[in-house]
Amino acid sequence: MPKLAQNLIWIVIGVFGAACLGGIALHRGETINALWFIAAAFGIYAVSYRLYAGWIVTRVLVADPSRATPALRINDGRDYVPTHRWITFGHHFAAIAGAGPLVGPTLAAQFGYLPGTLWLLTGAVIGGCVQDMVVLWASTRRDGRTLGQMARDELGPVAGGAALVGTLLIMVLIVAVLGLVVVNAMKHSPWGTFTVAMTIPIAILVGIYMRSIRPGRVLEGSLIGLALLLLATVGGGWVAHDPVLGPMFNFDGPALALMVIGYGFFAAIMPVWLLLAPRDYISTFIKIGAILLLAFAVVILRPELHMPALTQFTDGTGPVVAGGLYPFLFITIACGAVSGFHALISAGTTPKLIMSEKDLRLVGYGSMAMESFVGVMALIAACVLDPGVYFAINSSAGIVGATLETATATITSWGFPVTAEHMQELATAMGETTLLARTGGAPSLAVGMAQIFAGAFGQNLLALWYHFAIMFEALFILTAVDAGTRVGRFMLQDLLGNIWKPLGDTKARGPAIVCSALFVASWGYFLYIGVIDPYGGINILWPLFGISNQMLAAMALAIATTIIVKKGKAAYAWVTGLPMAFLAVTTTYAAWLKLFDPNPRIGFLAGANALEGKLAAGSLSGKALESAPQLIFNQRLDAGLTVFFIIVLWVMIIEMARISLRHVQGQAVPALSEAPYVDVASLPQPTGAGGH
Amino acid sequence: MMAGPAHFLRTAWTVLREVSGDAAYENYAARHRERHPDQPLLDREAFYLSELDRRWSGVNRCC
Repeated sequence: MPKLAQNLIWIVIGVFGAACLGGIALHRGETINALWFIAAAFGIYAVSYRLYAGWIVTRVLVADPSRATPALRINDGRDYVPTHRWITFGHHFAAIAGAGPLVGPTLAAQFGYLPGTLWLLTGAVIGGCVQDMVVLWASTRRDGRTLGQMARDELGPVAGGAALVGTLLIMVLIVAVLGLVVVNAMKHSPWGTFTVAMTIPIAILVGIYMRSIRPGRVLEGSLIGLALLLLATVGGGWVAHDPVLGPMFNFDGPALALMVIGYGFFAAIMPVWLLLAPRDYISTFIKIGAILLLAFAVVILRPELHMPALTQFTDGTGPVVAGGLYPFLFITIACGAVSGFHALISAGTTPKLIMSEKDLRLVGYGSMAMESFVGVMALIAACVLDPGVYFAINSSAGIVGATLETATATITSWGFPVTAEHMQELATAMGETTLLARTGGAPSLAVGMAQIFAGAFGQNLLALWYHFAIMFEALFILTAVDAGTRVGRFMLQDLLGNIWKPLGDTKARGPAIVCSALFVASWGYFLYIGVIDPYGGINILWPLFGISNQMLAAMALAIATTIIVKKGKAAYAWVTGLPMAFLAVTTTYAAWLKLFDPNPRIGFLAGANALEGKLAAGSLSGKALESAPQLIFNQRLDAGLTVFFIIVLWVMIIEMARISLRHVQGQAVPALSEAPYVDVASLPQPTGAGGH
Repeated sequence: MMAGPAHFLRTAWTVLREVSGDAAYENYAARHRERHPDQPLLDREAFYLSELDRRWSGVNRCC
């Protein structure tokens, strides 16, 4: 009987979640309340977690609590540490959730609130969460091997090489696009620039505190850093209004891009304890705090969403991201629905902390559901804005016009009324001179968050909330820039070490500097081109990043599928095979359009040709004329990169199909590299505090 | 069972220290004394630096 009652509860939750989602889908009013989204999300995550994830864990992965995990077996107290599942969950969530799930849904809001919501929810529960959990399981069974190592062991050297090079290129694009987001948020904003700049000395101060003054006391250090950062956010307001100091922090895009590039290089060659680690501590606290604060504000305030369910931009004419709903929604929202990058975290650090295989569901599936929820909140924050305001902030000058009057007139003519006066008032209320054409998602998210926070905690602090939101996004974007550069440098050294051995020495100073410079130059190039592009750069970089991230997801799912087949579970291969097939087809189609679509806003080649035509006809002048040759070259380079991604993806999928087929036919395949079974009961029982 | 507010706060504090890594040195020292009492113990600073070096040598932050 209790079993029946339990099932009944889950059925009720499921029906409730589905009903809320149905309510959202069928709603045809002027506005819709955010509470529906929260309720639908919770219902759907809960039921999928309980039923689908539960089924995968028992039937497909056959997770066995009696099987000793590497953390228990190896337990070296450093890398391998058996950790309580909620603490592992905290570590894993902090590692996977960054700026991605905030930016993607914000950009996808141009299609209306419905497509983004549906994809965030379904993509997560049948794609992203499954990927994270299955990869976590596979790596846990292999002593925490990385994705590249698993690809090589299970599929052979070709697939292994493809995974390695693909990952390196994705790192370049991630850092470039995140850098672009932060540059667009700081451009001509003395307040924002000052606050973000202050994060550097504050982090250094905290770094010295944590290393030398009170070694290892990371909570104290983070708290001090947090207080100083809030002070810097308030202080930014004074600096911005100061007639002498204000102009000192007022920069245009290219200048800021060069600063971010220079900063990225120095941060990469500085010791970790001085800048990267302390800032990461502070940023993790702010990240979790801001997400909780936003959830709290959304729940108590229950704001109305003003964006329609669907806009006319599902046809591909959207000003924020060019291209139709299919396939571009699915690559605009990667993080929050399915993010291939997570596979790098699920294979690597986290598996070495897993105490029992029964924790795989909470850590792998649960963390991703939580990230998806962050994505839903970002979507809510974007849709709370008046659509006219949303489009004014997120459309580039190349599309709507450079002046306040032309931009607002264009957007009003689309059926999203907004006036120049209103945009000016809003900018002033946020403590900015203009909010026009601040592409990249961060500023519009900040305006949305500021309005939600101000509604919950008092209207008079609007400007402060806005800059708090900008500061916290910039904080973890810069952490990602540092960390990404560092990892990219290691990967590059790993790769180049095969060609010339001394370059592979990660401890030596010279190779570290050379490879850091190489890596920074790679992302710096894409960032700089993005900044000088009159169409905003995001329009080119974000889809490229989306394609690469979803390609990595399809690759991770292909590895997972191979392992499932080789485990003798071919009948369940669809669990990872289906999302893999969807992502492979979607990214390939998106790549095809990015290459060959005749619309110059969508197709890279068409874009390059159109610009070349304008250049030849002499219809360009000023900055546009100056940057045209670089932009033409860049679009062709992007086209080449896209082709490369698709080749890497299909190499992996063909290898997966080949190995799986051979296995099913009983032919020889690389042996399953799983570590042998060791019974938990046969290990010495842990005592003391070491095992948490 | 006896989940008073004091108990809750204590648990929250413990979890916070564990998640943030604030308790890492105590855990290390306790474990070290138990398993390798004969080998020298790293001091707080050396342990902190070696922890950072280990943590930041791989992918541990996502987009």
